[in-house]
Amino acid sequence: MTLLDTAKERWSGTISTLTIGADAAAGGTRKSVVTVGGAGGLPFAPFDGAPPHSIAVAMEVWDCPPEDWPRSLADALGDVVASPAEWAKACVEKWGADLICLRLASTHPDQGDASPQEAAATVRSVLEAVDVPLIIWGCDLPDKDNLVLSVCSQAAAGERCLLGTVTEDNYKTLVASCLADGHCLIGLSPIDINIAKQVNVLVTDMGFPLDRLVMYQTTGALGYGLEYTYSIQERGRLAALGNDRLMGVPVICMVGQEAWRAKEARATSEELPGWGDEGERGVYWEIATATALLQAGSDILVMRHPKAAQALKTTIDRLTTV
Amino acid sequence: MALKALDIFKLLPKTNCKKCGCPTCLAFAMKLTTQKATLDECPDVSEDAKAQLSGAAAPPIRLVAIGAGAAKIEIGGETVMFRHEESFYHPPGIGVVLPDNLDEDDLRARIAAVKALSFVRVGMRIGVTVVGVENVSGDAAAFASTVKAVASLELPMVLIARQAAHAEAALAECAAARPLIHAATDADWQEYVRVAKSAKCPLAVTGPDLDSVAALAVQVRKAGIEDIVLDLGAGSIAAGVEAMTAARRLALKRKADGVGFPCMAVVREPDPYQNVSDCCAYVAKYAGIVLTPLSGPEQIAPILTLSQNLYTDPRKPVQVEAKLYSVGAVTPQSPLLVTTNFSLTYYTVQSEVEASRVPTYIGVIDTEGTSVLTAFAADKLSSEKVAAFLMSAEVSEAVSHRKVIIPGYVAAMSGSLNEDSGWEVLVGPREASALSKYLKTVWQDT
Repeated sequence: MTLLDTAKERWSGTISTLTIGADAAAGGTRKSVVTVGGAGGLPFAPFDGAPPHSIAVAMEVWDCPPEDWPRSLADALGDVVASPAEWAKACVEKWGADLICLRLASTHPDQGDASPQEAAATVRSVLEAVDVPLIIWGCDLPDKDNLVLSVCSQAAAGERCLLGTVTEDNYKTLVASCLADGHCLIGLSPIDINIAKQVNVLVTDMGFPLDRLVMYQTTGALGYGLEYTYSIQERGRLAALGNDRLMGVPVICMVGQEAWRAKEARATSEELPGWGDEGERGVYWEIATATALLQAGSDILVMRHPKAAQALKTTIDRLTTV
Repeated sequence: MALKALDIFKLLPKTNCKKCGCPTCLAFAMKLTTQKATLDECPDVSEDAKAQLSGAAAPPIRLVAIGAGAAKIEIGGETVMFRHEESFYHPPGIGVVLPDNLDEDDLRARIAAVKALSFVRVGMRIGVTVVGVENVSGDAAAFASTVKAVASLELPMVLIARQAAHAEAALAECAAARPLIHAATDADWQEYVRVAKSAKCPLAVTGPDLDSVAALAVQVRKAGIEDIVLDLGAGSIAAGVEAMTAARRLALKRKADGVGFPCMAVVREPDPYQNVSDCCAYVAKYAGIVLTPLSGPEQIAPILTLSQNLYTDPRKPVQVEAKLYSVGAVTPQSPLLVTTNFSLTYYTVQSEVEASRVPTYIGVIDTEGTSVLTAFAADKLSSEKVAAFLMSAEVSEAVSHRKVIIPGYVAAMSGSLNEDSGWEVLVGPREASALSKYLKTVWQDT
């Protein structure tokens, strides 16, 4: 018996297995689907039992050109930000994203207040432009999200998208839509394991299947509360392995969104002398945030910079090939 | 594993002789469990009891010191698998490895680059804490002269030698600095043990997998070396992370032999993105030393920051002093924000204010290290507290206007704060990231 055999822990629970995207056989139009979860041990500890599925890398696509993204990020994305469909295409064809996270930012009253119908048209255009699965993310205003996401849910019916977010105070409308249209759901809870579980309880009490749920416990960037996210995710994974079924749900992290808020990623060389190359600094910050959260147990990581997304895919391959 | 006082008591003479200064042997046993006394204070303890107790008192993962003097680091000594169970205590040594085949100018430039790897984050200075020299030349004299030059950094060193004799040559330059000698293998460990013993330096052991490294550590310890570091980074990153995770669990939960030592890795991945990501994986997963050939600040700062994050004690929220702070060239007309004394909250606000270039006062309220929402919910950020701060002498001496900007999340207190203090209350943004825009637009218009 090797030491790795001796180290093996017999866990009683597993993370549920979640498939996003529906191919023709499943009634959708996706050419590729994403399956995550199913792990029965600690992350990157295959002596506990190797997980059956890999970790997915999504890239963010906005429905309107983002305004104050730092130069190194904006330059890397280039002109495609003018069209969500073109942007999504570049993410899949040039940068290798496993799935697209479409942010309906323009539906926010401060960002143009786009109508549910306009948002649904954007969803359709992205579904037509790419054949990978889609995450559809609202503007994080509960009332507007309820209006917008229910229309988008219908527009994407049968494609088994991942829609978000629902919270403990606002879930009924979106749960009903996703049940009717066959989508998956993201439950949001602010770095609090009890609320995370509560959201899962409320959503499944409405008859929503646990294996179509993803947890978003909010993400702290490297240097900006990463350790809180890290420990919450570790605690969640341990609870799931200890057979708490309602915590055994895959985890999504908004890595790009948070990493690019950090001063260390955004600041120019004049503002932050001695911290290294301005064009690369944010890419490293995003990569480091992602690779740290991988170690805490993450299933879907949503990235922004093409180089960071590509590097993360390579990292995941290397970490899962002993 | 820590013993209970009663278990220790059973091994003591039970004479209550008071020679140790304690009224009874049981009282002495209780002091021993909390490390307030040491066993040699008992003159009558038997050799057998000594042996049993010293074995039991040994920590599951040995604490190993590398280097000497002010820059010395201690690695290992960890007690948990997960930081939320208690805390991680000894942050890994993170550093750059320099080759010994550089010409004099190159070497000087590389040493200067390493020296510059120092950053201030959230009020703390973080920097590389160790430096490696690798014997890529295969030559003993080149290795020794490079080590001599690198020793000027006064950082704990890792001597990555091709053979024990080369380490010995380099030690002639720096043995008193107590570098870590790297690395004994199955083929040459006796030689390395001889060199490490005579120089009284810690020794790294390495091999193709966890079993061979642990077996080698057992042999090296039997040969008289106590300060051992396990290099588990010889294979792929997947194998390295797996081995370090297994070693931590084996040491803490299974009491397996040969794994109760700090681990290390020299990350050789040529792609810089992958190299940084490997370093981060090792920082998260239990390494005591991580060395990389990279030395770009944009590459090293994230690795250091991750270590700073994960080795923060989760039981103690990090706080800043509750007082009035100023950012930029403030005047009595400058805006005044209030926030909490949770370090992360304060420094996030502070960095956004800095970025706005609008000189601003930041009033920090003592909320016992909780964030805005948590503090508000627990009544630790109440309108009474904020009003008391606004009416304090330090505020009235600094600010001539009577307008305060409160966090968007506590908009609910604006009415009562206005009543309690008589100040005009402006509701700022919920997120610090919107502060810059707020100060430049909304505030300018008031």
